[in-house]
Amino acid sequence: MCETCGCGDPDLVPIEVHEAILSENERGARHNREHFTEQRVLVVNLMGSPGSGKTAILEATAGALAGKRRLSAMSGDLATDNDANRLEAAGIPSRSITTGSACHLDAKLVHEGLHDLPWRQTDFLFIENVGNLVCPAVYDLGQAVNVVALSVTEGEDKPLKYPVMFRKADLVLLTKVDLLPHLPQVDVAVIEDGLARTMPEPAIIQVSAINGEGIDRWIEWLEGKRVAALSEAPTEERAEA
Amino acid sequence: MHEYSIVSALLARVEAEARAHGALRVHRIRVQIGELSGVEKELLESAYELARERTLCEEAELEIVAVEARWACRSCECEVPKGAVLRCPICDRPATLAEGDEIILERVEMEVPDV
Ligand SMILES: Nc1nc2c(ncn2[C@@H]2O[C@H](COP(=O)(O)OP(=O)(O)OP(=O)(O)O)[C@@H](O)[C@H]2O)c(=O)[nH]1
Ligand SMILES: [Mg+2]
Ligand SMILES: [Zn+2]
Ligand SMILES: [Zn+2]
Ligand SMILES: [Zn+2]
Repeated sequence: MCETCGCGDPDLVPIEVHEAILSENERGARHNREHFTEQRVLVVNLMGSPGSGKTAILEATAGALAGKRRLSAMSGDLATDNDANRLEAAGIPSRSITTGSACHLDAKLVHEGLHDLPWRQTDFLFIENVGNLVCPAVYDLGQAVNVVALSVTEGEDKPLKYPVMFRKADLVLLTKVDLLPHLPQVDVAVIEDGLARTMPEPAIIQVSAINGEGIDRWIEWLEGKRVAALSEAPTEERAEA
Repeated sequence: MHEYSIVSALLARVEAEARAHGALRVHRIRVQIGELSGVEKELLESAYELARERTLCEEAELEIVAVEARWACRSCECEVPKGAVLRCPICDRPATLAEGDEIILERVEMEVPDV
C-alpha cells in the first residue's frame, strides 16, 4: 500500500536510492583527475562571467611563462573558436570545445577534448569554461583548482549574488584593475567583504592583463599549487586509467 | 539552464532503477536540492515537465525537498550564520558547508506487478 499518498494501490514499491544525480559526471571527473595526476599536469578550471577577462588572463600567462613552462588550453565556447584561436596566437596549444546551447563544460566533454590536445607533455592545462557565473560551478571536471575571474566592472555585489560559484573558488582573480582609476564608485573593499561571506578561504589577486599588474603573483600562486599537487600525488603506478 | 542536463541524468537513473525492478510505471520521485547546489527548484520543475513525457516517469510526481545551507566550524563544529564572514569567531578557522549542496535522488516509488 502506498503510504505517502494513500491511493490504495497495492503494488507500490519504494526504493531508497540516496545517490548523487550527477554521479555519472562525478565518475568522469574522477577518471580525468587520475589522468592528470598520473601525468603530473596541474589542471585549472577557469570560470567567470562572459567578458570577465578569462582569455586575456591566459594570454598574459602565456607571455609570462614563455620558455619556462609548457602550457595547453581548452576553451568552452557556445558557438565560435575565437578563444582557442587567440590562445594559439599567444603560443598555447589550444582546442575549443563547442558546447552548442550547453551553459557549462562537463567531465565527458573535457575527456573527449583531451584526445587531440598535446596536454601530456605540459606542466599546466587551463580549461577556460563557458562564460557563466552559475552553471559551471555545478560540474566537476577533474581539475586541481577552480579559479574565478571577476572584473572590477561587474558590480561589487557579485559574490553575494552568485554564492555557489564563489564557494567553489580556490582563487578569485579580480581582473581589469587598470580600470579602477576611472571607476571612483567601485570599492574593492566591498568586493572583498562579499568574498569573505561566500568563500570559506578567501584568496584574491588583483590583476590587469593590459599593464601586467599582479600577473607575477598569479604565476606564483599557480607554481605553489603545482608544487603542492605534485607532493600529494601518489608515487606508485596506478593500475587503471 | 543546466537543469535540463540534471533532469536527463535523473530520468536515466530512475528508469534504470525501474527496469531493474521490473516496474511498469514510476509513481513518485523524491530529490534533495541544497540551497547552494546551483540548482533552481522552479527550473528543475519545468525541465522535468518537458522531459518526463513518454518515459516511465510520465505520471510520476517530482517531490523536491529543499535543504538550507548550514555553515559550521571545522574544529569546534559551532554554527557560522549564513551571510556572516565564513570564519569561526572562536577558533578563527574557516567554516565549511555542513549541508546545502545536495543534488540527490533520495527515493523512487514504482508500480511493480505482483509476482
Ligand atoms: N582594461 C582592461 N580590459 C581588459 C582586461 N582583460 C580583458 N579586457 C577586455 O575585456 C574584454 C573581454 O576579455 P576576454 O579576455 O575576451 O574575456 P573572456 O572572459 O575570455 O570572455 P568570454 O570567453 O567571451 O566569456 C575584451 O575587450 C578585453 O580586451 C584588462 O585587464 N584590462
Ligand atoms: Mg574567453
Ligand atoms: Zn580516459
Ligand atoms: Zn545552466
Ligand atoms: Zn570553531
